[in-house]
Amino acid sequence: MFRVDLHPTHVCDCGKFRLRVGKPLPFGASIVPGGVNFSVYSSFATSCKLALFNKHEPKPFCVIPFKDEFRIGNVFTMVVFDLDYDNLEYGFYMDGPFNEREGQRFDKTKILMDPYAKAIGGRDVWGQAPDWDNIYQHRARICFDDFDWENDHPQETPVEDLIIYETHVRGFTKHPSSGVKHPGTFSGIREKIEYLKELGVNCVELMPIHEFDEFENSRPSPTTGKMLMNYWGYSNVGFFAPKAGYAATGKFGMQADECKTLIRELHKNGIEVILDVVFNHTAEGDQRGPYISYRGIDNKTYYLLTPDGYYYNFSGCGNTLNCNNPIVRNMILDCLRYWVADYHIDGFRFDLASILGRDMNGAPMHSPPLLETLAFDPILGKCKLIAEAWDAGGLYQVGCFPAWGRWAEWNGKYRDDLRKFLKGEPGMLGAMAQRLQGSPDLYAREGRGATASVNFITAHDGFTLKDMVSYNGKHNEANGENNSDGGNDNYSWNCGWEGESTDPEVNRLRVKQMKNAVAMLLVSQGTPMILSGDEMANTQWGNNNAYCQDNEISWLDWSLLEKNRELFNFFRKMIAFRRKHAVLRSRGHFQNRDYMGSGFADITWHGQKAWNADWSDESLCLAFVLCGRHAKGGTVDDNSVYVAMNMDWLMHGFQLPKLPDYMEWCVFANTDAAAGQDIWEPGQEVNLDNQEEFLVGARSVVILMGRDKPKNEVKSKKKSLK
Amino acid sequence: MESKYAVSCNNEMVKVELCGRLDATNTEGLQIELKKFAGQKIAKLIFFAKDLEYISSAGLRVIIFTKQKIGVDAEIFLIAAQPAILSVIKMSGLDNFMTIQESYSE
Repeated sequence: MFRVDLHPTHVCDCGKFRLRVGKPLPFGASIVPGGVNFSVYSSFATSCKLALFNKHEPKPFCVIPFKDEFRIGNVFTMVVFDLDYDNLEYGFYMDGPFNEREGQRFDKTKILMDPYAKAIGGRDVWGQAPDWDNIYQHRARICFDDFDWENDHPQETPVEDLIIYETHVRGFTKHPSSGVKHPGTFSGIREKIEYLKELGVNCVELMPIHEFDEFENSRPSPTTGKMLMNYWGYSNVGFFAPKAGYAATGKFGMQADECKTLIRELHKNGIEVILDVVFNHTAEGDQRGPYISYRGIDNKTYYLLTPDGYYYNFSGCGNTLNCNNPIVRNMILDCLRYWVADYHIDGFRFDLASILGRDMNGAPMHSPPLLETLAFDPILGKCKLIAEAWDAGGLYQVGCFPAWGRWAEWNGKYRDDLRKFLKGEPGMLGAMAQRLQGSPDLYAREGRGATASVNFITAHDGFTLKDMVSYNGKHNEANGENNSDGGNDNYSWNCGWEGESTDPEVNRLRVKQMKNAVAMLLVSQGTPMILSGDEMANTQWGNNNAYCQDNEISWLDWSLLEKNRELFNFFRKMIAFRRKHAVLRSRGHFQNRDYMGSGFADITWHGQKAWNADWSDESLCLAFVLCGRHAKGGTVDDNSVYVAMNMDWLMHGFQLPKLPDYMEWCVFANTDAAAGQDIWEPGQEVNLDNQEEFLVGARSVVILMGRDKPKNEVKSKKKSLK
Repeated sequence: MESKYAVSCNNEMVKVELCGRLDATNTEGLQIELKKFAGQKIAKLIFFAKDLEYISSAGLRVIIFTKQKIGVDAEIFLIAAQPAILSVIKMSGLDNFMTIQESYSE
């Protein structure tokens, strides 16, 4: 079709390019027939110029002012024809008032990156030192948004059926032991898809993949001499662009294609993709920070400012994005819609999400417009929305994050309570009972259900699982902050020796503790999340805040897989067991009653005596039965599952609840048993001779499954508990 | 090396000789030439890339476009591409529909 509104009407002053007024939507740079449509908004800029660069060149080859007739409302927009957009980088000069008290910080000498840039150059290859004298460090590029998704479609896996695997794109395969062709990249993850399938996870949560500057705050470690980088990436340069340095093709500008290919392949293999997104602050820091984009384009709009015009710092990183400003809210919505529509992303985990509920003065809101908008947006309608429901400004909203029935939360209380129970702290049974059921004490009100709870024991913040059982205290000296950084409330226990040990008893206990942890995690209602590498006992040598360690501290050591095959097998089979048994994956909370007429309530609690849990503070033993007839609210018929947890130093006998005569308990897992006997393939659970009592070893978890006896042993057909 | 391409068709086979660079500056012309074969019975599309020094995102898209327009049943070949070109194609994941070979004989 030939359009009548795409012919040039002007020529730029240098005579090189033909122009016409553009369309304000979409924002950013879009390829149109014959040219590129540029659109950028600013509430307070008085003028704007487009700076055009050839890739990598230090100075623009052309600067084109937006004419008065190229402005619609507060949007500057024009089409520039005849551009070699393959080879193009662009930015904006914005002029306007500079008045710090008023929050205006325009500087017409700065070249500013397009907030809607879909591809960003300047850090094309991870760790390649940039030209620090370059006047335009992070450069917007044109991105092809077409991609052959073949038959890809959203997975829409029910959230209760997810098993989330949190990983860092670079750290997952950067170590030489990974054996991949393109270590530390999207392509590298592709080569490990078979591994992920073998493990059995069906969702990867990628730590920030938006463009960020790995050199931000880089400095040599005073203890190791290694260069400390902005490794984790919780510092946004561009919200819409995948990090070029995470792509093997980053130097060719094909990071978008490579990222999309990864997502397509993950989807083909039944694995969803959740992105960790960071809308709480930007990489511009406070007033001492650089001009990258937002500060120079519209400081007063983008940032939460004090009455004096300084930057509120609820993020702990220098500034706070003004998320509930209507313009910024729209940008965040546009961004998330873009990732869903163009990258087929299945969900988002929002870093320091409580900031997203603060108003323009920084005060928490009861009903934040941004969070409501995201909860009801049609394009995001099937996405997982997960909040890290706290911030660095004192808000802690676990259990009370504004949800509208859509938002889930990283359940920090689950992490803390499970760790305390695991290390044998007294008085934890009441809390454990809540956590195992999907935390109804936190989420039952307003019908949020067990799916509101993302259960985790470890995450990128804090110890790895191996370190959680190997260190009492953090060891972050390599971070160069005198070990003052990183959390102190680790609720960890070193099993008798701090750090690496050659004592076989200590090491055996550590392995058992790790098995205990993952066993409890995967029999809990709610959505489990596993930290990448825990399945092979990855260690950071006690560093619980490895945000700046771009080296062996953070990189997953794949040689641990063979060394810790026993643990990996335990993880794999536990995951398979969870995926096989719907009774472990309820959407709603238990009703604690028998609504299916099976003779047993959906969940029952036991202790060393069946039907009688000892809830006293001194007790370290707890068991429960999930009735299979009540699986998924009674809509699915499943086996019943019995779980016994003994966090005492002593072995204890647990009396087993009696099953009907035609049924029997069989053993799925026993963390006290030796390797090879500790866990079985789901479906191949082993017979249990003694149906009356099970001796649960010290510091052990036992999981039994109820099944029908072989037909020749059935004495009664009466079904009560299935 | 001068950037150019040559397109020919014989016996349900389209041959494209690529030379120099294939990027946004010349893909439009190539696309127009290849579009002429849409709707015709084409069994094979062969891109000879021995002299291709650089391929951009736009260049790769012409090859994908050709596959989509000329028919899902046509076989696409990429012949004698230099290692740097092959690397880009494989890393970006845009290679899943083509057969990559060192040489081609009929």
